[in-house]
Formats: sequence, C-alpha cells, structure tokens
Amino acid sequence: MSEPKFVYVTYIATTPKKLWQALTEGDFTRQYWYGTSIESDWTPGARVTLRNDGKLSDTGEVLVYEPHRRLSYTWHVEFHEVFSREKPARVTFELEPIGATVKLTITHDEFEPGSKVLEAVSNGWPMVLASLKSLLETGRPLDTTGAESLASAKQQAIARAQGRAG
Amino acid sequence: MDEVFKALADASRRELLDRLYADNGQTLGALCERLNMTRQAVSKHLAVLEAANLVATVKRGREKLHYLNPVPINEIAERWIGKYERHRLQALAELRRSLERKS
Repeated sequence: MSEPKFVYVTYIATTPKKLWQALTEGDFTRQYWYGTSIESDWTPGARVTLRNDGKLSDTGEVLVYEPHRRLSYTWHVEFHEVFSREKPARVTFELEPIGATVKLTITHDEFEPGSKVLEAVSNGWPMVLASLKSLLETGRPLDTTGAESLASAKQQAIARAQGRAG
Repeated sequence: MDEVFKALADASRRELLDRLYADNGQTLGALCERLNMTRQAVSKHLAVLEAANLVATVKRGREKLHYLNPVPINEIAERWIGKYERHRLQALAELRRSLERKS
C-alpha cells in the first residue's frame, strides 16, 4: 500500500447501516454531495459512476465492499481533461461504531506524483463530510454543498489545476 | 467544539498543524526535527490534537503517520460563514495573498 495522501476523520451520530446507505445510494449522495449521485451494483470489480445532472463526473472500480464496515473504489476524475489524463487514485471509507456514533475515516492514496486530482479532492472532502454529518444528524444537508454550488467549485478546481489563482 | 478551540489555543500545536499542512503524513520523529521541543512535548501536543480530531493517525508497519484532519475546522467555518459569503471571503483572501506577495 502506498502512503496515504489524505486522511479525514469525522464522528457522526448515526448507525453504520445508515451511513453505509449514505455512501452507496445515489438518492442519498445527491442530497449532501453537490447533487452528485453514485451508481454501482457494488460487486468487486464493478464500475462506479458519479453523475451530476446526468453528466458524467467521475468513474471508478469497486475494490472492497464489506457492508457497514469497509468500502474502497478507484477514483478517476472525468469532468475535465486536466484531471482525466491522470491514472485513477483510490478512496477507502472505514466505519467503526464508537458509542452512539460512527467514526468515519476516509483515506485517499495512489495519486500520481504531482497529481492535480489530489488538490481538487482535498479541497472538496471536508465540505462534503460536514454536509453528510448534518444530513444524518439533523435531516438537512448544508446549503454550500447543494447542486448550485457545484459549478463554481468545479471551476475553481480546474482553475487551480491549470495554475491560475482561483 | 470546545476541544478544538482548546487544542488550537497554543502556538506550538498550531505550528505542528502548519507542518502537517506543508507535508502531510509525518512520523513523530520527522515532526521533531528542527523543532525547539522535546520529543515528549511534541508527543503530548499530538495527543491533544488527536483527541480534538484535528490530527488523524494511520499505522504503517511500526510507524505511526500523522495527518492534518481539517474536518472540525470546516465545521466551525460552516457554522458561521454563510452560503453567499464563502465566495466573497475566498476572493478577499486571494486578493490579500496576491497583494502581500507583490509588496
């Protein structure tokens, strides 16, 4: 295993089952993840597709699927060629019940040296996680992760990747 | 949230976070280099940061790698920064960065 580049941890007052649904069901992801819906039949080797408004955003391949415990897939950003020319990275979600909460750990690794994708995803995850937590704990996602915020977030990521000030 | 503010209310701990921000995933040994602190002091500060969930750790063989976890800081920002302010604040921060770079 290569050294992870990013590790994000959050504690969410929910159950592993609900959190698992929130990570793997498109109707759920759309609510907290900038309107992004995830789709896969979740068998090892199956394709993972992330879409916004029907438009392809990212793709991947299922590596690990252990319900309510561990999920891992490759991550290939497709929405702009500045990212899509890179080889797929990898994301892993680990769920661990602790008291009345679930500890969610997200690890990102296997980025190319000098990866532009690395910077783009590192900026996005903390916000998506805060929104996921809000949705599961209060029933409402954060405004800032709604579909209308996506276009500007993506434009900023592309601008940064191309070396201009965002 | 109290733990996060307490953890951040210390210059040495903020410096440790700065170092992880610059180079994520460091061992205790690497973090101790060029710091004016004993290994015990660094280890204690890291424990406070980890308890506040500002640092996440991953075991790799015998080593423990430390990562900056910005999630709690983002939660603080989300609490007080509104949806429409975010972009203006980002633009202001950019402006300040570019002006300070030139002078």
